[in-house]
Amino acid sequence: MTQSLYNEAIIEAGKDKTRAGRLPNPDATATADNPLCGDRVTIDLRAENGAITDLAHTTRGCLLTKAAAALLASHARGRPLATARALQAAARAYLEGESNDPPFPELAVMAPVKTVKSRHDCVTIAFDALADAAASVRAAKEGAQGEE
Amino acid sequence: MSPAPPRPGKDLRRHFPIFRHAREPFHFLDNAATGQICDEAAQALLHFETRARANVKRGVYRLADQATAAFDAARASMARYLGETEKNNVVFTSGATAALNIAAHGLARRLGPGDEILLTTLEHHSNIVPWQLTAERQGAVIKAIPVTDEGRLDLDHLDRLVTNETRIIATTHVSNVTGAVTDLGRLRRAADAVGAVLVVDGAQRAPHGPIDIAATGADLYAFSAHKMFAATGAGVLWGKTELLADFEPLLGGGEMIRQVTFEKTTFAPPPHRFEAGTPPIGAVLAMAAAADWLATLDWRAIAEHELGLTARLLDGLQTLPGLRIVGPSGLQGRFGVVSFDIDDIHAHDICQLTDQLEGVALRGGHHCCQPLMHRFATDATARASLAPYNDTDDIDALIRGLDQTIRMLT
Repeated sequence: MTQSLYNEAIIEAGKDKTRAGRLPNPDATATADNPLCGDRVTIDLRAENGAITDLAHTTRGCLLTKAAAALLASHARGRPLATARALQAAARAYLEGESNDPPFPELAVMAPVKTVKSRHDCVTIAFDALADAAASVRAAKEGAQGEE
Repeated sequence: MSPAPPRPGKDLRRHFPIFRHAREPFHFLDNAATGQICDEAAQALLHFETRARANVKRGVYRLADQATAAFDAARASMARYLGETEKNNVVFTSGATAALNIAAHGLARRLGPGDEILLTTLEHHSNIVPWQLTAERQGAVIKAIPVTDEGRLDLDHLDRLVTNETRIIATTHVSNVTGAVTDLGRLRRAADAVGAVLVVDGAQRAPHGPIDIAATGADLYAFSAHKMFAATGAGVLWGKTELLADFEPLLGGGEMIRQVTFEKTTFAPPPHRFEAGTPPIGAVLAMAAAADWLATLDWRAIAEHELGLTARLLDGLQTLPGLRIVGPSGLQGRFGVVSFDIDDIHAHDICQLTDQLEGVALRGGHHCCQPLMHRFATDATARASLAPYNDTDDIDALIRGLDQTIRMLT
């Protein structure tokens, strides 16, 4: 049999609904899809002074997708908007073995996914949605400053 | 006297190298995606590539001539598999998808603005997208036959869907999601009533024994080699002589021409017109070897065997909490393809865990059938699909794996 992909921490995170749902009046919303299986993560976020003050995710997908979205949502609150794109790159680098360090310690539960190439996207689509949402807040703020 | 054919299940499994090499439990139930290669096909492929390799339809040296003769004999083998005497009605392609694209391109000239192409909600994207491309170019309209709650074609309103504008009816022979067998006779009569062409995607039917192509009523019939226990990269478009003769080629170049000048090119007659460039020679020879071998098997015994396994599978699935079968719950008019979903457990989690726990290879996803997934209000299902080499151990491992999966994740 293959090594256990679904450890208890992943199963637990997949069931965590703490930041699941929608935010009222978000500053940005972004959705990422996995065309292979139809999984979808939507992230709403609010930001102030260049930092994420609140976020929520709506995730339709497998356990890995749900677990990654839940872990990311817990981690990202309070972080600078500018780090979202780096988180996205770090998650992919970690899964692809280019880096031994997960983008944040809690994501180390995804270590067994590294050897299962076909499931990497399940983990990364939440990071894609967050990066797009953060970029759209930053673009809107820059646009607003430009108009002043 | 020739030896008795291998019995379905473990006896037949010995003819498939992958099962001889498996070191851990390996329950392959993803046959609708691809079948495992049989010895006959593997040996034909290896023989050609290592001992008999030369291009076809070109050279006059002995090796090239032998390759051309073998390629020609392969065409005759595939014609025999279809119960067809005219081997030139067999076009070699890279697979069923390419075959359906050739068909959709070839039939384009029959379509004008407002003309209708009738598809079905059971179709694989490979029997939807080529028609959409053609419809967009010609201004034609796509319609689709709905499916019942049991995952079968709902033909009750066929007379309303088939109109005087219907030029093409394109359907699957056997659904790759529900296993339902299409009533081709009914569609043939509907096509005849309005002079439409009947195109059949036989990808899921071809692995289940020789086909009586005349009895299907198809005007064009497509299938791929890899699902019928041969190599990847080859397939067949069978077509009626007069239809193929009327088709423009999809690809140009290589040996598909009669004469080329800078002013004009005239094309070779079918089937060569549709075989531009070097064909997948090894894969074609492997497909023919598989077809010749499959034709020696006892398909009555295999059908009984697969139906028995399907019954065992359906019975087992129905004992599991929260499981919904997407497709027929009975055994009539179906093949051993069974899709299902489980409350609150994603199809990919089901597939990953059944592999991890019991070594079961299942497919999860939309199966390239997003309109059908939409019909059943789901994004993805898990699917078990049977071949003659499967046996009760495979089914029991799957049910055990699903039982454990449900306990772990709910």
